[in-house]
Amino acid sequence: MSKSILEVDGLSKVYPDGQGGDLTVFEDVRFALEKGEFVCIIGHSGCGKSTILNVLAGLDEASSGNVVMNGKEIKGPGLERGVVFQNYSLFPWKTTLSNITFAVRARWPQWSKEKVREHSESYLKMVGLDHALRRKPSQLSGGMRQRVSIARAFATQPELLLLDEPFGALDALTRGVIQDELVKIWEETRQTVFMITHDVDEAILLSDRIFLMSNGPNARIAESVKVDIPHPRARATIFQNPAYHKTRDYLVDFLVNRSGGALPEEDGSPKFVEPAKGVASPQAAAAESAAKAVNG
Amino acid sequence: MASLNVRAALLSVSFLIVALGLWEMATQPPEAQTGLTEYERMMGGVEQESRVPPPSAVLRLAWEELSDPFYDAGANDKGIGIQLAYSVYRVLAGYVAAMAIALPIGFLIGMSPLMYKALNPYIQLLRPISPLAWMPLALFIIQDSDASAIFVIFICSIWPMLLNTAFGVANVRQDWVNVARTHELGPMRTALTVILPAAAPTILTGMRISIGIAWLVIVAAEMLVGGTGIGYYVWNEWNNLDLASVIFSILMIGVVGMLLDLALGKAQKLVEYKE
Ligand SMILES: Nc1ncnc2c1ncn2[C@@H]1O[C@H](COP(=O)(O)OP(=O)(O)OP(=O)(O)O)[C@@H](O)[C@H]1O
Ligand SMILES: [Mg+2]
Repeated sequence: MSKSILEVDGLSKVYPDGQGGDLTVFEDVRFALEKGEFVCIIGHSGCGKSTILNVLAGLDEASSGNVVMNGKEIKGPGLERGVVFQNYSLFPWKTTLSNITFAVRARWPQWSKEKVREHSESYLKMVGLDHALRRKPSQLSGGMRQRVSIARAFATQPELLLLDEPFGALDALTRGVIQDELVKIWEETRQTVFMITHDVDEAILLSDRIFLMSNGPNARIAESVKVDIPHPRARATIFQNPAYHKTRDYLVDFLVNRSGGALPEEDGSPKFVEPAKGVASPQAAAAESAAKAVNG
Repeated sequence: MASLNVRAALLSVSFLIVALGLWEMATQPPEAQTGLTEYERMMGGVEQESRVPPPSAVLRLAWEELSDPFYDAGANDKGIGIQLAYSVYRVLAGYVAAMAIALPIGFLIGMSPLMYKALNPYIQLLRPISPLAWMPLALFIIQDSDASAIFVIFICSIWPMLLNTAFGVANVRQDWVNVARTHELGPMRTALTVILPAAAPTILTGMRISIGIAWLVIVAAEMLVGGTGIGYYVWNEWNNLDLASVIFSILMIGVVGMLLDLALGKAQKLVEYKE
């Protein structure tokens, strides 16, 4: 793990349960993100995904544990981490364009007006919205708003992008179109992305690895599933890859049958699985790695 | 079928004509002295002056006054325009002073729950006090009737602005604040570029309420302190038993109040946003 840009260790979040006791939402969460990697996290509702993402964003504080980015502990929000919120979070009083220029100016205060504008427009063009520069968010559809929000996040070129169910509120058709756009932008920029989703197909289409979270309370990030499908990927053709089905079956099986009591490795890091290699379960993977250890 | 607006306008005009007609009829001088009571006969008939003037008389006076609104013929004889200008000047002076205090403090209270809790008891205590109750104290301390009237306007317009600003600022969507935080905007930039535009519609609502109250209060305040202004004018004409002038100035108070409200309404439109 030499190229890790982000390391999370021993993270937990405790809330008062409202009856005088404590509610541990998740505990001892440990993982690392490699540079240029696209990682999705899947888990049942309420297990603490958004909380983890907000801690990484610096908007929320963990009860214990630490988050280190490029060797420095994260204490609060920063421009090197961009966030796309589920509800778009555009400023409704600003036009599409100035929603982006505001962010670009914050990132590069020394840039000239023209440069800021040019840069912002190019990212709006990337999401196909260069015709709607002057419109206010209220005059855009949900899908268009989320495109603006994605353009804003990519335009500031953060080292780490955090996306909290960015397509959760969109209909299936729009969702598909924007997924394709996200794939395209990511192929161009290769930014490191950490994304929450509930959609298994979306996760496979986008990710290099998928984190599986067990159910809360006391949720853990139990497994890290490798998606062994070469880039560039496309929604229309990804089904043809045999690895796609193996990975999908594995994920669904986890979510339906195993998310209740799934546990990570002893040291808290998620078990690494490669469904495409035909390893059907982490038990088998553990046996294999044990065998490897024995063999030398 | 005429549009709704046209029909509403027609109806409005007919209401006006009916109301003016009734008013005109009710205020005709009696033709004969036959219907007089014993008392009235003894008093020498119905006195002309004490009757409410008919609308035609008011309109005639309005025409005269409005054709030369700014004449100045001594302390008790100034044009309606001059009197209204005095009142508007006092209202604006007190109002702007209130803005200068209410907006920053409202921001502070809205941003800081601590300041809110610390200042709220005083606000709740001072707010229900009738602004005119301050008048004697103001006159004693300031020793100037004009400035005292302005102070009364200041004190009555401060509360809606203060409370609406605090409320608007405290209720800015957390998502927008988070966007500001993830873009590392400083406190000043956040306040000016995120919180202010987000809270502006609520703040403007408070400002609109304030200007309405200020215009209500200035009439009473000027009746008390005298000298100039539309409130003084109304009272003075009443003392002269010039009821046509009283009615005319009542109408003018309404017109100016409406214009002030319209102006704030326009400003409100400017800062409004749809989510
Ligand atoms: N302020 C709070 N006080 C108490 N409990 C809270 C608070 N905020 C969140 N929680 C709890 O923390 C848990 C995790 O919340 P979080 O929003 O991170 O879940 P999530 O995994 O993102 O769920 P979803 O998939 O539905 O978005 C939930 O069970 C919630 O009840
Ligand atoms: Mg969530």
